[in-house]
Amino acid sequence: MSDLTASELDKVRAILKREPNETENGIFTVMWSEHCSYKSSRIHLKKLPTQSSRVLVGPGENAGIIDIGEGVDGKRWAIAFKIESHNHPSFIEPFQGAATGVGGILRDIFTMGARPIAVMDALRFGSLDDPSTGERNKRILEGVVSGISHYGNCFGVPTVGGECVFEPCYDGNPLVNVFALGVFRHDEIFFGRATGIGNPVIYVGAKTGRDGIHGASMASSEFTEDSMQKRPNVQVGDPFMEKLLLEACLEAMRTGAIVGIQDMGAAGLTCSTCEMGSRAATGVEIDLALVPQRETGMTPTEIMLSESQERMLIVAEKGREDEVFAVFKKWGLDAVTIGRVTDDGKLRVKNHGTVVAEIPNRELADEAPLYDRPHGVAPYRPAPVEAPASFVNRPASVKEGRKFDAELETLLGSGDLCSKKWIWQQYDYMVRTNTVSGPGGDAAIVRIKETDTSIAMSLDGNGRYCVLSPREGARLLVAECCRNLSTVGATPVAATNNLNFGNPERPEIMAQLVETIEGLVEACKFFETPITGGNVSLYNETLGEAIWPTPVLGIVGLMKTAAPVTIPFKNEARTVMILGGLGTCDDTRFGGTQYAKSVLRTLWGLPPALDMDYEKRVQAAIRKIVNEGHVESAHDVSGGGLAVTLAECSFDGIGAAIEIASGLAADVALFHEGPSRIVVSTAVPEIVERIARENNIEAVRIGVTMKERLRIDHNAVTCIDSPVDRFRGVFENALEGQLAPQHA
Amino acid sequence: MRFGVVVFPGSNCDHDACYAVTKNLGHSAEFIWHDSSLLGEVDAVILPGGFSYGDYLRCGAIAKFSPVMQAVRDFASRGGLVIGICNGFQVLVESGLLPGALLRNRELKFVCRPVKIRVETVNTPFTCAATAGQTLTVPVAHGEGCYFADDATLTALKRDDRVVFRYVDNPNGSLDDIAGICNEGRNVMGLMPHPERAADALMTSTDGRMVFESMLQSLSKQAPKLQSASSGRANVHA
Repeated sequence: MSDLTASELDKVRAILKREPNETENGIFTVMWSEHCSYKSSRIHLKKLPTQSSRVLVGPGENAGIIDIGEGVDGKRWAIAFKIESHNHPSFIEPFQGAATGVGGILRDIFTMGARPIAVMDALRFGSLDDPSTGERNKRILEGVVSGISHYGNCFGVPTVGGECVFEPCYDGNPLVNVFALGVFRHDEIFFGRATGIGNPVIYVGAKTGRDGIHGASMASSEFTEDSMQKRPNVQVGDPFMEKLLLEACLEAMRTGAIVGIQDMGAAGLTCSTCEMGSRAATGVEIDLALVPQRETGMTPTEIMLSESQERMLIVAEKGREDEVFAVFKKWGLDAVTIGRVTDDGKLRVKNHGTVVAEIPNRELADEAPLYDRPHGVAPYRPAPVEAPASFVNRPASVKEGRKFDAELETLLGSGDLCSKKWIWQQYDYMVRTNTVSGPGGDAAIVRIKETDTSIAMSLDGNGRYCVLSPREGARLLVAECCRNLSTVGATPVAATNNLNFGNPERPEIMAQLVETIEGLVEACKFFETPITGGNVSLYNETLGEAIWPTPVLGIVGLMKTAAPVTIPFKNEARTVMILGGLGTCDDTRFGGTQYAKSVLRTLWGLPPALDMDYEKRVQAAIRKIVNEGHVESAHDVSGGGLAVTLAECSFDGIGAAIEIASGLAADVALFHEGPSRIVVSTAVPEIVERIARENNIEAVRIGVTMKERLRIDHNAVTCIDSPVDRFRGVFENALEGQLAPQHA
Repeated sequence: MRFGVVVFPGSNCDHDACYAVTKNLGHSAEFIWHDSSLLGEVDAVILPGGFSYGDYLRCGAIAKFSPVMQAVRDFASRGGLVIGICNGFQVLVESGLLPGALLRNRELKFVCRPVKIRVETVNTPFTCAATAGQTLTVPVAHGEGCYFADDATLTALKRDDRVVFRYVDNPNGSLDDIAGICNEGRNVMGLMPHPERAADALMTSTDGRMVFESMLQSLSKQAPKLQSASSGRANVHA
C-alpha cells in the first residue's frame, strides 16, 4: 500500500491545522492515491480538448455526456459513456477483478441517470504460448472473460465489442479496460452533488463489508513478490444486486425526490461523500453506526475505506425520503439515512455520535498534491530504430514476390489478429435488441430505439506502435478509431481514454505518458473528438518490468439507424477498390507491423506514417460513400495490412482476384500497415471514384470479387492464391486451438 | 391481443419481449410484477429471459415460488397460452409446468450466437404459422440450456409430438438436440432460443416472428373458448 509521503503528510497537517488521526490518515491516503487523484497525470491531462457543441458534461463527473439530438418523442436525448481499468485486481483474482470492473463502470453510467445499453472491453494478456508463463496467461484470460461474461450477462447489458492483444510485456500486468455507454433524455441527467443544506444523505444497495479495503491504493503501486497476498483487497461482485440497484435508482430518480447521487466505487464511502460535498461546496455529515454492515466489529477506517460493490449514495429532498425508501423497498434493497448535508464544507464522520474524522471536502477531493514528475528524457523504448540486416538483406524473391500464403495464414492465426469469437460468444452481445452490429465488425453499432439515431463505438489500443513512438502511436490510435467509425458510416463525436502505463516516478516512463497525451491532444483536436472523461492506470509494473505504453481509446460516433454496411464481400463480379490508395512504407516504418511481430518475430523502427489531413479526407469520403449506399462492403486496413484485410473480406465465401502494382517490395506491399486506407466492393466504381476525387484522395481499382478463392498479384507476380475457406478456418479456430489443450 | 410479460427481479429480456410484441408485431403488452397474484387482462403470458432472483441457485429454482407463478399455473390450467423463453423455459421446468431439466452447457460456458433450429411440429399454438421441418435462425444466449430428461419422459415427448424445436447445430449438448418442448395440453411451451431477438428487421434475423404470429393466429381462433374458460375474466367482460 502506498502511504502518504512526508510532504503529503505536511500538506494534510496544513489543511487540518493538526495531526490527522488514523481514520483521517486512511481517508487522505486513498483520496490522494494515484488512482483517485491523478496526481502524476493531471497537469498533462488538462491539455486534452474537452468541449464541443455536443458535449453536455465533460471530465470531472462520473461519466461524460454527449447530446445525440431529438428523439421520436420530440425531446432531446443524450448518451453517457466512460472507460475504466481494473488491471491490478484482474491479475490478482481474474474472475472477480474483471467482473467488478464491469460493475464499477456500469454504476458510473447509471448514477448519472442513464440506462446502460452497451459495454466493450479492451484486454491485454501475456503470450499464451510462452513456455514459462503461457499456462498462467491462459488462466488469467479465461478468468477475465468469464468474469466479464458473468457480470454483464446477468446485469443485462450487451457486451458488443472490444479487442484483445497478447504481448509478453503484459505477463505480470494484464489489462482489463471496460467501456460502458448509457442512454437517457436531457431532463433525466443527475449529478453527484450534495446540494441543499439539511437534505438527508441516504445509503442504498449492498451492505458494507471488509472487502476491497485499500483497493485504490493497491492500484497505485507496483506489484512485488508478495502481491498475491493482496487477494483480500479484491472486491466481490454481485451482478443481480447491481441489476436491482439499477432499476431502483432509475425508478427513484423518476420520483423527483433525488437531488444528487453518486456510486461508491474506489475509496467507497469516502470518495462519494467528499466528492459530492466538494462539487456542491457543501459539507456532509454522516454517522457510521447507521451504515448497513454485513460484518461485525468494523472500525471507522474500515467502513470508510471499504470498496464493497453495488452501493450508492443519494442526497434526497428533505421531507421526501419516504418516496425514495418506497422504491428501494420494492426492489428489496437497503436504503438508510446516514447523515445530512451541512453548510460548513466539511466531511464530518461520526461513529455512534462521536466525531472520528473532520476534513474540508474541497481540499480532500480536489486539492490533492499535483506532481510535475520529471520527464525530460527520451521515452523508454526496447527496440532499435534501424531495421535489422536480416530484413534489409532478405532474399530477392521476397522483395520481388513469391507465394505468401503461409505467412498470411500465420498472421490470420496469430493471437492479435485471429477471431476472438471464443471470447465474445461468452458475452450476451444481443440483449436489449439494439445490437445492429456486434463483435467482429470495424465498429459496434447499437440503435437507440427512442430516436432515429444509432451509436457506433470503436475501442482500440496500440501498445506496439506506442512503444516505438508514443506520440505517433497516440495520433494513429485516434485516426484508427475514427476510421473504424467512418467505415460504418458514423461521424465521430467524442472520446474517452484509458491510459495504461508503468511507474510514473521513472522519467523514461513519465516521458511516454506525456508524449502519448500530447499526441492525443493533437489528434483529438484535429478529428474533433473531445475527451469527455477517462481513467489513468499507472504503476503497471511487476518486478521493475513496465508494460508498453498502452493508451486505450473509446470513440463514439453518430449515424442514422439503418442496416449497416459490413466487412464481407457480398456478390461476385463486383469491383474491389482501395480508398486512400495503396499507401507507402519504408523499412523503418515496417518494424511495428504484425508481420514483423508474428512472421519475423522482431520489433524495430517507427509506427506507420500518418498524414492526418489526408486521413480526415478519406474518412469524409467513406462516410459519404457508405451513407449514400454506393458500396456493398467496407473494411479498413489495419493490423496485418492489405492481405489480411482482403482475407477478412472473403470469409463469407466470396473472395477476389486482386492485381496491384507498386514500387514497394512485395512483402511490404501486402503487409504494411499504412493508415488512411479502406477496402470496399462496389457495383458503381465510377461513383466511388467521383466522391474520392471530390475529397482529393486516391481510389484505386484493385480487382474483382469472385467465388471461393482469394488471389493477390503484386507487379504481375502471384503472391496469394488459396481457397478462402482455408484462411477462414485458420482465423476462426486459432484462439480455441491455443486454449484447448488445457481442457483436454 | 394483449400479452402479459412477467418481470422477476433479474429478468432482463422483459423489455425485449415487450418491444417485439408491441413495436414489431403491433399488439399490446403489460408487465406483471413477480409479487402479483393476478395476471390481469391478458390473452397470453410471456416468461422472459434473464437471471430471475440472480439464479445463484439452480436457474428458475427461486422463481417458481413467486406469487405470480401460481397465477401462471392457474392461467395455464385454463388453457391460456404461456411461452417461456430461456430463463422463462428454466422457470417452467422448475415449476413443473414442463418436464425435464436444463443443465449447464456441455462446454461449461455461456454461449451467445445465432443458431439454426428446426420446427418439429406445427401442431402447437406457437408454431401453427410455420411449415413442418422449416429451419429458423434464432439467437441463443445462455449458460444452462442443456436439456435433459429421463428415458420415459423423452419417450413420451416424442410419442406425443411435443418436441417443438430441435437444434440443427446443437450449441449446448441438449439431449436429442431438443431446443423447445410443450406440455401435454400444448398450450405451454418453453424454448432456449430467443424469438424476441429475431423479430426486427435490424437484427440478425426475423425468423422469430413466426412464434408470436402463431400465437396471435391461434388466439384469434380460440378467443371465445378461452374467455369462457376463465370465469374471472368472463365476469369482468359481462
